[in-house]
Amino acid sequence: MTDDDVVARELAVPALSLVVLIGVTGSGKSGFAARHFGRYEVISSDACRGLVADDETDQSATAAAFEVLHFIASKRLEAGRLTVVDATNVQREARKQLVDLARAHDVLPVTIVLDVPEPVCAERNAGRPDRDFGPAVVRRQHDQLRRSMRGLAKEGFRTVHVLRGVGEVDAARVTRERLFNDYRHETGPFDVLGDVHGCRAELETLLEQLGYTIDRDGAGHAVDAAHPDGRTAIFVGDLIDRGPDSPGVLRLVMGMVAAGHALAVPGNHEDKLVRALRGRKVTTSHGLAETLGQLAAEGEAFRDEVERFCDGLVSHLVLDGGDLVVAHAGLKEAYHGRASGRVRSFALYGDTTGETDQFGLPVRYPWADDYRGRAVVAYGHTPTPEPEWVNNTICLDTGCVFGGRLTALRYPEKEIVSVPARRVWYEPARPFPPAAAEPVAGEEHREDGQVRRREPDVLDLTDVLGKRGVETAHHGRVSIREESAAGALEVMSRFALHPRWLLYLPPTMAPCATSERTDLLEHPAEAFDAYRRDGVRHVICQEKHMGSRAVVLVCRDGRTARHHFGAPDGTTGAVHTRTGRSFFEHERTEQILGRLRSALEDAGVWAELGAEWLLFDCELLPWSAKAGELVRSQYATVGAAARSALPAARDALERAAERGLDVDGLLARTRARDSNADAFVRAYRRYCWPTDGLAGVRLAPFQLLATDTATFEDRDHGWHLGVADRLLAADPELVQPTRRMLADTGDADSVAAATRWWEELTGDGGEGMVVKPDANLTRGNRGLVQPGLKVRGREYLRLVYGPDYTEPAHLERLRKRRLNHKRSLALREYALGLEALTRAVHREPLWRVHEAVFAVLALESEAVDPRL
Amino acid sequence: MLVTITSTAPPATDLGFLLHKHPDRAQSFDVAVGRAHVFYPEAEHDRCTVALQLEVDPVELVRGKRFGGKDAFSLAQYVNDRPYAASSMLAVALRRVFSTAMAGRCDARPELVTQRLSLRIHLPAVSSRGGAEAVRQLFAPLGWQVDARVVPLDPHVPEWGDSAYIDLRLRGEQRLADALNHLYVLLPVLDDGKHYWVSEDEVDKLMRAGEGWLSTHPARELITQRYLAHQRSLVSRAVGRLAEVDGSEPESLDNAVLDEDAKAPRSETLAQLRRREVVAALREAGASRVVDFGCGEGGLLRDLLDDPSFTEIVGADVSGRALRLAERRLNLDRRPDSQRARVRLLLSALTYRDQRLTGFEAGVLMEVIEHIDPPRLAAVEDTVFGFARPVTVVVTTPNAEYNDRFPELAAGRFRHPDHRFEWSRAEFRDWAEAVATRSGYQVRLLPVGEDDPEVGPPTQLAVFHRAEVAA
Repeated sequence: MTDDDVVARELAVPALSLVVLIGVTGSGKSGFAARHFGRYEVISSDACRGLVADDETDQSATAAAFEVLHFIASKRLEAGRLTVVDATNVQREARKQLVDLARAHDVLPVTIVLDVPEPVCAERNAGRPDRDFGPAVVRRQHDQLRRSMRGLAKEGFRTVHVLRGVGEVDAARVTRERLFNDYRHETGPFDVLGDVHGCRAELETLLEQLGYTIDRDGAGHAVDAAHPDGRTAIFVGDLIDRGPDSPGVLRLVMGMVAAGHALAVPGNHEDKLVRALRGRKVTTSHGLAETLGQLAAEGEAFRDEVERFCDGLVSHLVLDGGDLVVAHAGLKEAYHGRASGRVRSFALYGDTTGETDQFGLPVRYPWADDYRGRAVVAYGHTPTPEPEWVNNTICLDTGCVFGGRLTALRYPEKEIVSVPARRVWYEPARPFPPAAAEPVAGEEHREDGQVRRREPDVLDLTDVLGKRGVETAHHGRVSIREESAAGALEVMSRFALHPRWLLYLPPTMAPCATSERTDLLEHPAEAFDAYRRDGVRHVICQEKHMGSRAVVLVCRDGRTARHHFGAPDGTTGAVHTRTGRSFFEHERTEQILGRLRSALEDAGVWAELGAEWLLFDCELLPWSAKAGELVRSQYATVGAAARSALPAARDALERAAERGLDVDGLLARTRARDSNADAFVRAYRRYCWPTDGLAGVRLAPFQLLATDTATFEDRDHGWHLGVADRLLAADPELVQPTRRMLADTGDADSVAAATRWWEELTGDGGEGMVVKPDANLTRGNRGLVQPGLKVRGREYLRLVYGPDYTEPAHLERLRKRRLNHKRSLALREYALGLEALTRAVHREPLWRVHEAVFAVLALESEAVDPRL
Repeated sequence: MLVTITSTAPPATDLGFLLHKHPDRAQSFDVAVGRAHVFYPEAEHDRCTVALQLEVDPVELVRGKRFGGKDAFSLAQYVNDRPYAASSMLAVALRRVFSTAMAGRCDARPELVTQRLSLRIHLPAVSSRGGAEAVRQLFAPLGWQVDARVVPLDPHVPEWGDSAYIDLRLRGEQRLADALNHLYVLLPVLDDGKHYWVSEDEVDKLMRAGEGWLSTHPARELITQRYLAHQRSLVSRAVGRLAEVDGSEPESLDNAVLDEDAKAPRSETLAQLRRREVVAALREAGASRVVDFGCGEGGLLRDLLDDPSFTEIVGADVSGRALRLAERRLNLDRRPDSQRARVRLLLSALTYRDQRLTGFEAGVLMEVIEHIDPPRLAAVEDTVFGFARPVTVVVTTPNAEYNDRFPELAAGRFRHPDHRFEWSRAEFRDWAEAVATRSGYQVRLLPVGEDDPEVGPPTQLAVFHRAEVAA
């Protein structure tokens, strides 16, 4: 063979595959690989020898080198990257390991053989100083290559390319082919339709309801349907069997697919039909007999067409840039876009635990519970009364043939459209609930008639534990340390409400910078300065209520609570603390929620926002309602000791002074401490009043965090407090007003007025105020601006820094406090809180919401000065 | 904090000689925790009073290395009774300022030392664990007339009741050195567990200060025990900080390893019995690979480790502190490799699925479910019976009906402050049977302990077996 008669060969390689080069040493594999593949796509055994032994030719390092090679290849395949193995691979055992590796990652193994004459290779080796193998080595490898050639396809390689001679090797071109399941370029919009099972009439009705125009042939058969907006229908399989007109369904769907108006994946029923049509022996139960009977009435040409169609269906499709996956029985993330026997089997039949139940049927593994992927997985296969999102997956089989409904998912809108069955076409083993019945979240009706009750939204430990990073829209990636997560796990697991009620935990808030004024630690000037520096002019000063932070989730009624949160009867929301504990026992919680619900009704808030649930950030008063034990054991106790000890000391000193002893300094200090103790006691007393049941409990909502359809971080605080004011008007007994004042950080008069306001608020012991950018969520030139800065009152701070902190000698030292960590935590927790809300409102899977909520709790367990 | 000592034995001003402090001068001394001041509010022939006032620096208390280091992040620190209440700090100051008098030396007037004087002592705020009764119990046997008035927590809020402080007045005929030694030893004892130790030779100090009176004191064991008890470490870990976030007491969150036996009488033997029954159930099931869900401090793990038929033992708990204690209690670092290899401790939570806990032959929930809020039981059912799915599951829980038989347990109270519920036999049976039906298990209920004909056994036990799977 001479180079002259060489034609440039086109070598097709699947875009995701393991490409195994085969060729003796000196056959030009490395050069070939470098010409056709990326630098990192090629893993060479020589390079791996170099990595482990500092010498690419050190044969004693071969075993270690291949271990490294397999490890790298496995990591790349895991990540879905094409990988090329540049090694001689002339031995069957070496190739088998690579084929196994490809299978383990469900990618296609491909081989390219470089069959270059022995003398050429020997000559090339001789010309390379680092290759001192004798010609015997080349000859032996060549013999092994010869013997290998015929069996390559049998060894498992899906594609075998053989390049003969230097010319072919040099002239070859490599093209990458899209995988059959790769429809990432198709971006929709789509309508994904659930299991039809021969229900042609319902299918036509549903398509029309979705806006498709049905095209009919002369005989009136529906043969195509198209959407005026160019939407594409996707069928999740099980078009046939059990129902009245499987041929009619096939005719319509095949027409739509041929016309490019639809895509389809096969179901297990199509799979079986193909085998039956090919004359294989199959049991014709589960409705196949009916289908075969119906098809018998059609012509042979139609049957052939059906066979070709069903056989040609690809077991799953990856669409819309990888954001949507359609497979009949669903597909776990590791299998998306992969190709192997087990991927196909999963897609058609679902996952099984390996066990069988009492009917001898395989026990299904609830793969969707474990699903953590970003792609939406739409599937069918398992009839459920109501389509339900489980971790970004949705089953669209609503049992039409059993008298349920035929359902479609509009994507990307994520809307459900469904039509009722005209009748029960096929009697299930156990009555399928009629469509009109109240859907029950988490119930799954299996084909064998068993109803399995699933605890909805089960979380996995790996969703929260270990060192983690949470991506936030407003503040990038927030890292969570492992120890913090462990601390939060205990509190979350032992004390918190069910995670589905925890859509949000409040972030910590930083105080303003420490004041340099002689008798104060905190003063409004520092807060106004900080916002001015951040370019924020309009701020709102809000009275800080000294109570307990409370997050209140209130549903419009029991039905919405059940629908959104799977709530048991009589539960319509939650009132929880900063760590997710319920404030009250069930009965009192419901009392508060009931009052709030009525107030929302009277104020017209439900109607105005069209909301089914509302989430408020509040302060719950009095402080003693929840922290009563702490007030008694900590604050009142210290007060009692001080007020017993100090007057006695003062008296003794006064008598000593009368005797003319020089105790003036000590007496002055003791008198000051005595009045400090009184001030301290007055400070805590303000925040304690008796409560009896709900009587005396007050709620000060200051921000509407979210409803079922929206978050409100972009509404100014005036709007938020406006909602609170309307609630106050509706229920002045329960709702506590939040006093406020607007200020302009650029206007000295305005700042002075706001400062006076703060002085009035705090003069008699008020906790202080929070200064916030009035516009709410604000970005400055250095990123996210603090959502609020607290400026606490001089008297109130005695409860934090002790009764005597105002003494100059103490203040001087207390001014040294490190605020940076607190500020940084405040921003990170704020971003996590918003992230949790956004995820909840977008109906993201519970684990995604919980991840962000949990992260807030984890950050809260970090060591930061708690007085800040 | 303040103490005054009054002598009414003429010439009362002899007090000045005894104390080596001149009645007409005010003096100050640096002590470890601040500054001690000595002055005489009165110094007459028939009545002389010395006052010792200790000024504690509250900022140093929090920020200083001496006290602040370990619990620097505890919110409560600036708000602290130490600057006011008579405690070990005052005792330390007494010793520093009046050491010669305490030692019973008076070189100028040696005859005064052995004299019994009419003494009155006033301590306006004594921190007393055990209230006025404890004060009487400690001082009365020493010959003091005790006037102990409890200080109310807050006179404006009478319903809050008493504080832990006593306005204490003592009268008696005592040698001054004895009086000082009594205070030196008994103030920290009354305060109990809030010591700030200043040196390591506390035993010697106690022996010296207690010479002549401690060995015959009826409460000497209590005194010795409390005096030498180490300061209970405040909760400094993450959980404690989260309690502060929530405005609750650190102890309320950090009670995962609170000793149940302290509350439930007779349960020391009951706990042993329970473990024996659980191990017996596991043996009967033929299980060799066992996971103990909620293993706590590892009591059961130790029993399992002692039985070589259990080849793989996993203890899982949500409390990192419990796991550390378990590790210590199991003496893992001193066991041979072959034993150590059989046991693993994992941080896990029953409300989250944990892949690591799947595939075991048996799982144990011993005295665990009653620590779970009823609305979260379904999640626990899912993680254990639905997800981990051991072939055998052993569950124990208190029998609420039996609580009547614990005389120390008030009616309607649970056996442990963290219990979220305690079930009757019928309630436990209903739950167990429902779980078994839902999850494909068969269940058998057994008593643990004497099965009282009326109220049943103290502990109830259920053994679940996974319904046999066809091969």
